[in-house]
Amino acid sequence: MILNYSQPLEISNLTSWFDQYLRSNLSEFWTLLIEFVLVGIFLLAAYAVIALILIYAERKITAFFQARLGPNRVGKWGLLQSVADMIKILLKEIIRINRSDRFLFFAAPFFMIVASMLTFGAIPFGKGLQAIDFNIGVLYVTAVSSLGIIGVLLAGWSSNNKYSMIGAMRSGAQFISYELSSGFALMTIVVLAGTMQFSQMIEGQRFCWNIFNGHISSIIAFVIYLISGHAETNRGPFDLPEAESELTAGYHTEYSGLQFGFYYLAEYLNMFIIASIATTVFLGGYLPIQIQGWDAFNGIMGYIPSYVWFFSKTGFLIFLSLWVRWSFPRLRIDQLLNLEWKYLLPINLVNLLLMVILVLTGLTLKNLFGIL
Amino acid sequence: MMEKIKKLILDTVAEAVIEEKQKLTVTVEPKKLHLLVQTLRDNKTHSFDYLVNLTGVDRGEELGVDYLLCSSADLSKEVVLKTGTSDRENPLLYSITDLFETAHFNEREVFALLGIRFINNPDMRKFFLNADWVGYPLRKDYDPNPELNPVSIESKDMVDIAPRILETSDGKLVEEFVNIFEDDDYIINIGPQHPSTHGVMHFRTSLDGEIVKKIDVHSGYIHRGIEKLSESLTYPQILHFTDRLDYLSANINRHALCMCVEKAIDIEVPERAQYIRVIMDELTRIDSHLLAWSAMTHDLGATTAFIYGMREREIILDIFDKTCGGRLIINQNVIGGVMFDIYADFQKDVKAFIPYMRKKLIEYDRFFSHNVIALGRTQGVGFMSKDEAISYAVTGPAGRASDWSCDIRKHIPYSLYNQVEFKEILRKEGDAYARYLNRLDEIEESLHIIEQLIDNIPQGDFCAKTKAIIKLPEGEYYERVEAAKGEFGVFIESRGDKFPYRLKFRSPSMALVSAMPLICQGEKIADLIGIGGSMDYVIPDIDR
Amino acid sequence: MELKDIHIKGIPTEDFKDNEYLENYIKELEANGVNVILSKVDELINWGRSNSVWPLIYATSCCGIEFMSAAAAHHDIARFGMEVTRNSPRQADLMIVAGTIVHKMAPLIKRVYDQMAEPKYVLAMGACAISGGPFVNSYHVIKGVDEIIPVDVYVPGCPPRPESLFYGLMQLQRKIKVEQFLGHKQR
Repeated sequence: MILNYSQPLEISNLTSWFDQYLRSNLSEFWTLLIEFVLVGIFLLAAYAVIALILIYAERKITAFFQARLGPNRVGKWGLLQSVADMIKILLKEIIRINRSDRFLFFAAPFFMIVASMLTFGAIPFGKGLQAIDFNIGVLYVTAVSSLGIIGVLLAGWSSNNKYSMIGAMRSGAQFISYELSSGFALMTIVVLAGTMQFSQMIEGQRFCWNIFNGHISSIIAFVIYLISGHAETNRGPFDLPEAESELTAGYHTEYSGLQFGFYYLAEYLNMFIIASIATTVFLGGYLPIQIQGWDAFNGIMGYIPSYVWFFSKTGFLIFLSLWVRWSFPRLRIDQLLNLEWKYLLPINLVNLLLMVILVLTGLTLKNLFGIL
Repeated sequence: MMEKIKKLILDTVAEAVIEEKQKLTVTVEPKKLHLLVQTLRDNKTHSFDYLVNLTGVDRGEELGVDYLLCSSADLSKEVVLKTGTSDRENPLLYSITDLFETAHFNEREVFALLGIRFINNPDMRKFFLNADWVGYPLRKDYDPNPELNPVSIESKDMVDIAPRILETSDGKLVEEFVNIFEDDDYIINIGPQHPSTHGVMHFRTSLDGEIVKKIDVHSGYIHRGIEKLSESLTYPQILHFTDRLDYLSANINRHALCMCVEKAIDIEVPERAQYIRVIMDELTRIDSHLLAWSAMTHDLGATTAFIYGMREREIILDIFDKTCGGRLIINQNVIGGVMFDIYADFQKDVKAFIPYMRKKLIEYDRFFSHNVIALGRTQGVGFMSKDEAISYAVTGPAGRASDWSCDIRKHIPYSLYNQVEFKEILRKEGDAYARYLNRLDEIEESLHIIEQLIDNIPQGDFCAKTKAIIKLPEGEYYERVEAAKGEFGVFIESRGDKFPYRLKFRSPSMALVSAMPLICQGEKIADLIGIGGSMDYVIPDIDR
Repeated sequence: MELKDIHIKGIPTEDFKDNEYLENYIKELEANGVNVILSKVDELINWGRSNSVWPLIYATSCCGIEFMSAAAAHHDIARFGMEVTRNSPRQADLMIVAGTIVHKMAPLIKRVYDQMAEPKYVLAMGACAISGGPFVNSYHVIKGVDEIIPVDVYVPGCPPRPESLFYGLMQLQRKIKVEQFLGHKQR
């Protein structure tokens, strides 16, 4: 290993110590059981906490863009604003609606939240901080995150509300279209990295992130992934399914209380998931900035724990996404589909071919400059 | 010219009675009205092709309607047509909807408020009131007993069946019912409570997927009966109602009523008051256009742009606030002048605002006008041709975006507008983007007007002396001004009392909304909202 | 709980006027005694609810524009955490009735109110919503929205300035802060 500096702030030190401690005292079965339960609890907690932080961050950043102050009355700088929101939402009445499809109506929010939670488990938050490291991680994430659309479609269908219905139909068309683009953009990088496993993909980017390694092709793929990821999460300028000024609240018009809270949380979590996949695949995941040969610099950078790197890269991408969201007007449905089918998809296909050629002819940066 | 028109009228309808009052007034019997209007509209030399106003009046012995027609090429050429029927039980007049599209909603309004039904109007439902409303409020013998019309809080289903009366070719009247929508239409209600209808408009919209097939406009969710209320209030008391019609052009509306009364009783308004009025009017116009800009960007999904527009608006509101204590509704104009003189730093504040606003206009252009998505959403959307604009009487920035020169400030200069220099912004495209740009350009023109006036405010009185009780001499008075949304008109029929006998406001927004079904047909539902933003109507102005 | 214990950040308690209603309300709520533990939980719940009032704007006329001013840069309702205007009544906590309510609108406002989820509050903004305002004598105007739905806070003015709307909203927060969710009878 190139990196053998001590990294006292890494959580993986703690987890491996805990693992060994359990193993030395308990049988394999009990060790695994305890660890699984703990991992589950931590993931759920992280899920909620990240969502709350994102909600607060979005409101503050929006306020910054709009020359306002944003929440500032609950706690210092309004830090507890989203906590107050959650307390409120948890205790709000859940309305049972006549003439709706009861079962589907109640099931829909769970599809949404489960889909994003499943994806959440496969994300490497830091060195050793990954619940499951599939060997087909990219495929898994793409497959599971697209389950969320079922929640949206069911919500629209079961609400028996025309606005919801239009919102859900829009969402279906939009999601399925943009899923293609984001899938192809990830495939481009899979070609470059030669693996679908997140951990291997990250380790391969130690001195040269994928976005630099595949230069032109990677950058195109990165931009396309950001656009389509943005569209998949239903955030402006692609927020047609809930287009406030047209459809009041779109597909979740009829949801109240906690059920609405699920959609509200999932929206922010999806934004986080898209940003974190982009970080992992394109920006070297939890790895620090490293330059081959500069050992002292690498040492200092390596001293910063991996999860800090991960969250700051992800945070940067989220900031970009917010910036776009609060600057642009909303697209119309036909323009939205035009953008996908007439521009992004063809570019993507050509780009994938280009990447294959780059890899085959050895024109990647790593090859050209002999980076490890 | 007058003689030619008179001759034309007498040639068409020999028994017409022509009087020369404030305007050329012609009284004809109902049967001949349609023919006369058609002749006036279609003649080559002086085409009266713009129906400004359609006012129903209960004249006591008869129920009548006044039509104010003018020429779209020269708005100062006006003629008033009058007709009426003495049948109070089942009053019937002939519709002119086939000649002027704008007549449609106006005739339905007259039906709701006066009970006159119009033969050949394709859709004779009551416009403002519920179908089961008892009585016709604007009639002089209306029974205001609240027990006749109790408040009902039960939701009723919408009935999409319109009655109408047709005249067959052999002169018989047939009453029939038409379904507005087809049976299997997918209908959604946009409004009355909807985040982006600029108030409580109710569009029943039938959709084909995302495409708008047909719009049925329902109005009256904020019908406050201002015209009826005015009939029992003195003129200074009525003033505050004008502010609450189109609350964004509050000051301009009030200016119109003040001028109408001042002209009727011959009050000379001091020069200083004129200056203050015009400066305030133009500030109001900027304020209104800024809000229109903000609301439109918000409708298109750009929330940040909305906040920026409101930010600049706040500076104007601060100036209003310092002048007279109001923000949105400022109660500045009174009969004879203005209520408050300007404050010491007024000129300084306004002069600081002008360059600031110019800078921000450039920012708006960078931020929104040249944005790819914004262009895609607005260009070529909601097209309205010049002929349609005239037929629907769509005035203001929207009419001028269809290349119709309809600025009252140019055609019939009132107050100081003949002394200042400004351009009338015309565009040929007629789409939402042209309407949008017109507003931004008009802000610039308004700034230019203010610039010319702000340093020259003369010393002197700011309000003329008026009698304690203002009585208008018997007669009919019209006043037309250019409000931010289009032409705003005041019509007063006085019988020499301190109350008006009939007061009618010509609402620019009503024309804008009446054109919505036309220009939204075939567009996407998302564009329906965007087009609404580009037309920029204010509902309380329609419902009155 | 006593009136002086209700704390609104940034405004001294003695600056709030018209406390009579709240005092009576507290007395009424505490008539059966207070459970200490439950009241602590209540305080937490009320803290959450009062700081996260998501409004539904029932704007019919001029007052709606003043609400927009209140939401925009200069006044910024977001400071109170209230900028999340929900257009769907199901998700809103507070209905701000801004403008005249007329006969034709009455069934609709009742319907929207019924669609809201508990706990729900209503703020009547402006003279028209309170009493019919300048149009009180009209044949078509309802003399105050409280004829149709219960109102928690009245904000007078024609239209009220954003500052007075904020004052009204803070009064509403005070009202929410004395409510009892657990153990006691509810509204």
